[in-house]
Amino acid sequence: MSALFCSRLMPIAAVVMIAAVVPAFFPSAYYYRVAALVFMFALAGIGLNLLMGFAGQVSLGHAGFIGIGAYAVAVGPTHLGLPTWLSFFAGAALSAIVAFLVGRPILRLKGHYLAIATLGFGVLLSIVFTNEAKLTGGPDGMSVPRLVLFGWTARGSETWYWISAASFVIGAGLALNLIDSPSGRALRAIHDSEVAACVLGIDVAQKKLMVFVISAVYASVAGSYLAMFNGHITPEASGFLRSIELVAMVVLGGMGSIIGSLVGSGVIVVLPQALSFLHEYEHMVLGLIVMGVMIFLRGGIVPSLAVMFAGRRKW
Amino acid sequence: MVILETDRLSIAFGGVRAIDGVNVAIESGQVFSIIGPNGSGKTTLFNLVSGIYTPDDGSIRLSGEKVVGLAPDQLARRGLSRTFQNLQIFSRMSALENVMVGRHRHERTGILADLIHWPSVARQNKATAEAAHAAVGRVGLADFADRPANSLAYGALKRLEIARALASEPKLLLLDEPAAGCNPVETQEIANVIRSIVKDGITVVLVEHDMRLVMNISDRVHVLANGKTLAEGTPDQVRSNTAVIQAYLGVHGSQEAVHAVD
Repeated sequence: MSALFCSRLMPIAAVVMIAAVVPAFFPSAYYYRVAALVFMFALAGIGLNLLMGFAGQVSLGHAGFIGIGAYAVAVGPTHLGLPTWLSFFAGAALSAIVAFLVGRPILRLKGHYLAIATLGFGVLLSIVFTNEAKLTGGPDGMSVPRLVLFGWTARGSETWYWISAASFVIGAGLALNLIDSPSGRALRAIHDSEVAACVLGIDVAQKKLMVFVISAVYASVAGSYLAMFNGHITPEASGFLRSIELVAMVVLGGMGSIIGSLVGSGVIVVLPQALSFLHEYEHMVLGLIVMGVMIFLRGGIVPSLAVMFAGRRKW
Repeated sequence: MVILETDRLSIAFGGVRAIDGVNVAIESGQVFSIIGPNGSGKTTLFNLVSGIYTPDDGSIRLSGEKVVGLAPDQLARRGLSRTFQNLQIFSRMSALENVMVGRHRHERTGILADLIHWPSVARQNKATAEAAHAAVGRVGLADFADRPANSLAYGALKRLEIARALASEPKLLLLDEPAAGCNPVETQEIANVIRSIVKDGITVVLVEHDMRLVMNISDRVHVLANGKTLAEGTPDQVRSNTAVIQAYLGVHGSQEAVHAVD
């Protein structure tokens, strides 16, 4: 049993060690900032990976839930007088409720149709954030008060690095637990054959809804962190491009690989910074790298490399 | 005791009456085969009985209880399981994990417990894996348990689907062409598996084209043609039924049926 425990959570141990050691090599606070962003987006990536990589249900609107989480910690303290930590949980709860209500009708759709429906949902939310200017500040966005817990104020990139790394580790642990459980097996079964899953007694609609709600909460938590970290929020954070970025992280890192979500987030967040010396060619090179990864590491970075090192398959 | 009974069961697809007023009454503990030419409605009948299609007309009773309109997962929880003619394997999972999914209806954990890996989840996983190992062993795939399902041979996948269905501990098991595409050795293995299933008191409904297998193993045979019942009886009765020979078996088939006596 302890062996099982170890093998399941081994990747987590690796991430903990890397997260603890890497800051020793950070030359400036800027590196903490980028690394914190990597962990925050990776957290949203885990949620989307549970939905896409494990249950096989695509969402092109997940930035909408990032938006709910982000605006919760902005609107809650500013307009409703709620403490930030309470707004954070309220945002997660609201995301879960919205996902539950939206998920019921749209998760009946499959493949491309589901993609378009979730896309519409994401666009709808970002329109709401843009147009409800009295509450959200409109296209200019609004400022987000700092997180204060028991008189301690969370500020600075280094603080947020540790918060986001710890949250990623917890989020990844929960996800790995889920995968290795009756619910997780049911989700993976739905991915491969819905009809076989349902004749074995799996309530397919209920399981899909469950994972959709869970993935929405992951995105919402990530959105709240991003907003509190940046101190400012605009509707762009929940826009279509952000949704696409999330999908790209999951696919690049590896569908069905929790660590892949971290690697994918690393690629999407760090590469544009690393390539900034290329000036106007930056986006072109970024695009070429992403295409190259997909051509040569078809299953995503982490699963493909795992197969290569295991030497099971020759490419 | 009759475990499955249909009454004037009918469904049409775009004007084609795929199943047209079919009555079957399947006794518990039997092997009940449904045969008929391609397109005669055998798989459609399975899809109706397992809740994948909803009939336009007629009723279905499972252990005496009306079950028309119930979803496949609800029927599974009432003890009905099935396999598929075109394999429906969970190809990203190992052979054992495929069969573990079959235990789903016996698993008792909640989503929160699953997320934090509560000790009950560890216990559940262990119990599920043990039961799945037993089912995998029963169909002779113990050596392949940890292999990715998509690396198994076709005949092995056919048996893996049976193991997965067995893991759910059904009262009634529908097997849709379990021997299709299998060589004589694999077919013999499947026949042995079916016999051992029936020995355990599970009722088996079989759709199969391999006449030798059907005639050897069945207690009763129901013949469909164009969605309607053509004949029903013991293998001997069906074999000697002129309507069946003319409409379905033909010269070649009747010869094969004669061979099956050996």
